Amino acid sequence: MGVALTRSAQWTAAGHGAKTLEVTPLNEAIVKEIMMFVESFIYKYPQEANYVFVEPLEWKTNLDPSAFGSGYAVSETTVKSEEVDKNGEPLLYLSVPQIKIRSFGQLSRMLYIAKSMKLKEAQACIEANRNPVAKILGLDYNIINGKNGNSFVSSVLDKMNKDDDPESEIKMKIALQLKQLDLHLLNHSLKHISLEIRLNSGTVKNDIELLKQFSGKGEQTVLESIEYTSDYEFSNGCRAPPWRQIQGEICYVLVKPHDAEILCVTCSKEGVFLNGGKTDDEGQINYERKGEIYKDLVTLLKEKSAIFSENMSKQEVKFSEQLQKDQPNKAPKEEVAVTHKTSITSRKSAQENRINLGRSQLTKRLEPSLNWRTSVSSKESRNTLRDTQVEKHGGKLEKSRSSLSSGRAQLIRKSVEKIEEIISDSSSESEEDEEQPDHRQEANADLPSEYWQIQKLVKYLKGGNQTATVIALCSMKDFNLAQETCQLAIRDVGGLEVLINLLETDEVKCKIGSLKILKEISHNPQIRRNIVDLGGLPVMVNILDSPHKSLKCLAAETIANVAKFKRARRVVRRHGGITKLVALLDCGKHSAEPAQSSLYETRDVEVARCGALALWSCSKSYANKESIRKAGGIPLLARLLKTSHEDMLIPVVGTLQECASEENYRAAIKAERIIENLVKNLNSENEQLQEHCAMAIYQCAEDEDTRDLVRLHGGLKPLASLLTNTDNKERLAAVTGAVWKCSISKENVTKFREYKAIETLVGLLTDQPEEVLVNVVGALGECCQEHENRIIIRKCGGIQPLVNLLVGINQALLVNVTKAVGACAVEPESMMIIDRLDGVRLLWSLLKNPHPDVKASAAWALCPCIQNAKINGTDSNAAETSYCQLQPRAAPVGRE
Amino acid sequence: MNRKKLQKLTDSLNKNCKHFSKFEVKCLINLFYNLVGEVMERQGVVIGLDRNAFRNILHMTFGMTDDMIMDRVFRGFDKDNDGCISVTEWVYGLSVFLRGTLEEKMKYCFEVFDLNGDSFISKEEMFHMLKNSLLKQPSEEDPDEGIKDLVEITLKKMDHDHDGKLSFADYEQAVREETLLLEAFGPCLPDPKSQKEFEAQVFKDPNEFSEV
Repeated sequence: MGVALTRSAQWTAAGHGAKTLEVTPLNEAIVKEIMMFVESFIYKYPQEANYVFVEPLEWKTNLDPSAFGSGYAVSETTVKSEEVDKNGEPLLYLSVPQIKIRSFGQLSRMLYIAKSMKLKEAQACIEANRNPVAKILGLDYNIINGKNGNSFVSSVLDKMNKDDDPESEIKMKIALQLKQLDLHLLNHSLKHISLEIRLNSGTVKNDIELLKQFSGKGEQTVLESIEYTSDYEFSNGCRAPPWRQIQGEICYVLVKPHDAEILCVTCSKEGVFLNGGKTDDEGQINYERKGEIYKDLVTLLKEKSAIFSENMSKQEVKFSEQLQKDQPNKAPKEEVAVTHKTSITSRKSAQENRINLGRSQLTKRLEPSLNWRTSVSSKESRNTLRDTQVEKHGGKLEKSRSSLSSGRAQLIRKSVEKIEEIISDSSSESEEDEEQPDHRQEANADLPSEYWQIQKLVKYLKGGNQTATVIALCSMKDFNLAQETCQLAIRDVGGLEVLINLLETDEVKCKIGSLKILKEISHNPQIRRNIVDLGGLPVMVNILDSPHKSLKCLAAETIANVAKFKRARRVVRRHGGITKLVALLDCGKHSAEPAQSSLYETRDVEVARCGALALWSCSKSYANKESIRKAGGIPLLARLLKTSHEDMLIPVVGTLQECASEENYRAAIKAERIIENLVKNLNSENEQLQEHCAMAIYQCAEDEDTRDLVRLHGGLKPLASLLTNTDNKERLAAVTGAVWKCSISKENVTKFREYKAIETLVGLLTDQPEEVLVNVVGALGECCQEHENRIIIRKCGGIQPLVNLLVGINQALLVNVTKAVGACAVEPESMMIIDRLDGVRLLWSLLKNPHPDVKASAAWALCPCIQNAKINGTDSNAAETSYCQLQPRAAPVGRE
Repeated sequence: MNRKKLQKLTDSLNKNCKHFSKFEVKCLINLFYNLVGEVMERQGVVIGLDRNAFRNILHMTFGMTDDMIMDRVFRGFDKDNDGCISVTEWVYGLSVFLRGTLEEKMKYCFEVFDLNGDSFISKEEMFHMLKNSLLKQPSEEDPDEGIKDLVEITLKKMDHDHDGKLSFADYEQAVREETLLLEAFGPCLPDPKSQKEFEAQVFKDPNEFSEV
């Protein structure tokens, strides 16, 4: 399975830490096949099943120890199999959450135990063990590098001859089994891969030529310019140099969209992607892939440039007509469903004629051309290079924003606040969903039966009167709309257009039905984008004015789902949505109205809840925060905070927490006496609510009065007690954050000491995620300002974990750790421990850290170290001399 | 009709009709007699709205278009089945029509949809009611195929006991799950907008009204 795993499984681009398998049908099929193989192994090859792996397969499992039954020694957090190897080591060892398995027998059993979770477990196992064959059989049998089957067989035979103990015979059998599985998987994936249609030079050329026609200066064009990097075209239609053609690359283009810097794009057979751009010297292109692969140029540009996408949809009809003219005899187009155009559908019917660029041609094999002539256009490319550089300066602003990682953002927020104002987005932006490539379902792929059923329903939606429409909507709602297949099926058969069109009719029932579906499917990030592209948001914003409460609710809930990305939030704001949403919060106002209980109505409270939900989503953009404030949202939120419905409180507190990043809000929150209620809700049962309350306190407690308020309202005790519950890491991060900020006030620290929070914090120094650690260490750093607390920390053994954290790379964490260590070093006894743990050297090495804040903080931390070391004369070794050398250097840095 | 009799009628209707206030009942009675016209009450002749007059109201005031459904609505109002709607039937009918609770409306709608009155909505009845709900596509061989399919979809959604027809229990369960299905086979209740207009017009300020 080695070759199949490395070659055909689709791994996500290098992300954080371990790579994961992408969620694609192909991967699922591969994992399933492997799982079936392992499951049946114990029955088919009972002898081989007992073979002990060279190295255990190890991964993080979700299995609970309690799931294991007879044959295992189960304790609360560990499981050992009674089956052991020669040395008495158990073949399965689970110590939550790590699991180690060393035989096929145990693997089979584990999958059996995992029941419904076995697919997940199998995937986790494969993800954690990238080269399972080597682990199972040892490196000798690593068949990934085997060039072909023959060499593998011969090497196997070689080994057979060399030694013939029974162990190696079994190994051999397993190796052959695995090889067979590998072949099987490869065959299997071939079926999938063969369905993917690749690009070729012809389609790419057509795309580019067409885009050129629609480029130029002016508002209406889709792009400012699009150019090849090379003027020379080989006989096979490629412009890439031959040695790149071998990689399947066709040509490179420089694209200048209206709203972004120049993009240097590689068009290859696999698809279109951003490359490393032109390097400074000699106009060479850095061929390395820098982004995701898109299926064609238009899709890539749509993702990268909002203006392109907008103008493109205007040009779409024109564009596709042109394309049809250009390729009169080109392959089959998607059959345009001839639907009779009712008043509902006519508006969007033009869209249906849209065809996918670059799809229509069948692939022609690319062959590298050898008629290579040099010096075709090096001069010209140098010119373009200069242009690029000029443009790059323009794009700088954009860049500086995207480089903000969430952790760092906290730290340097102040310095970028001005930039933020310009770009109108807050730091929390970074957590939003990534722009995803738009993969439409292949027309000829095996489509699930749901697809056809949904297609039929959409047909009735289009061609039916109100009655038929309602029936079709109700029936559509019965599909599992949480499932991506159904979501995409609705979109791919043109259902989104119809659903959005229905929102513009006068029929309340149709609108309700349509929104109920949109609300569900808008959980999918791709669908969100489609809804925005189709102009769904302004319509929904209008519905917020409707006299029907349930309509308002549904519209607000849908907006809450859709407004998860920046462009959508902007649209909501531009169409006055924020004001309308804030108006929804005012639920008490209309209670005077006659209580006409119409059938489709809901309660006022529900309306307010939905409004808060939508505002929560919208409040992730800076400009929206401002709009909410200007629309008078804060007093309304404060009023809603006094209610006791958890459903209501979560979005309300969520919005406040999001907005509390702004100074204006913090002042208003103080003025509206919101802190009191936040503290009250810390005592709630709901973990999510606790998390958001703690997060809001964390944001607000920058202010001294607020810190005092938290104490006065008795908020420190619940915070301290929440520290002991470490299961929910998000909440723990929020709570530790609140503790950190609160402990900036001395009185609060005293309280925390009373509640034994300092001991708890020390306990949190190990085995926690970085977000938690940053806050824990920050809190300890504040506590350390007092003599008494320093002693507590030392006595609890807090110094060692602190010093250990000095080797980390997270800058926010390092700033806090150095501060805490520095504070501890004031105490001579602690200083001895720090010194013994080599902490001073670690601090010193942090002076070389690229980040100025870390540098400064490390330098400050060194000051007490140096003083203490000198006074005590603890060391006579080289360290002392280095302190002396250091002192003059540290001081200036410290002043930074 | 003299004032005393009117007063008595209003009182008796008001007692049995909890959705309307006394004033509203009075307005409705007045409207009824306005509609019927100043036919003097004679012995033996029932005063009331006949089928055509009533359908005219449904069409003009509440924007209903489907002839069959309007006929059924008339039947729904005409409790004693004498071919015309008396003042009592008028007020009671409107009470459900305009202000009914979900239960009342479900009962009313089911009666409307149960064309032959056998307490089941059969496939044939559904087909009958839905036959104009889809635009016919000339390309299709069987123009009724879409309708048949729609009937199947509806049955799948609403026929919980799988006997191929809808009993009131089936219908009630389906509507409770999804209120939108209340008028599953055609609009037989006023849409909110025309309802509002109607009420605004009929229940005008008492002073204003007396001048008319």
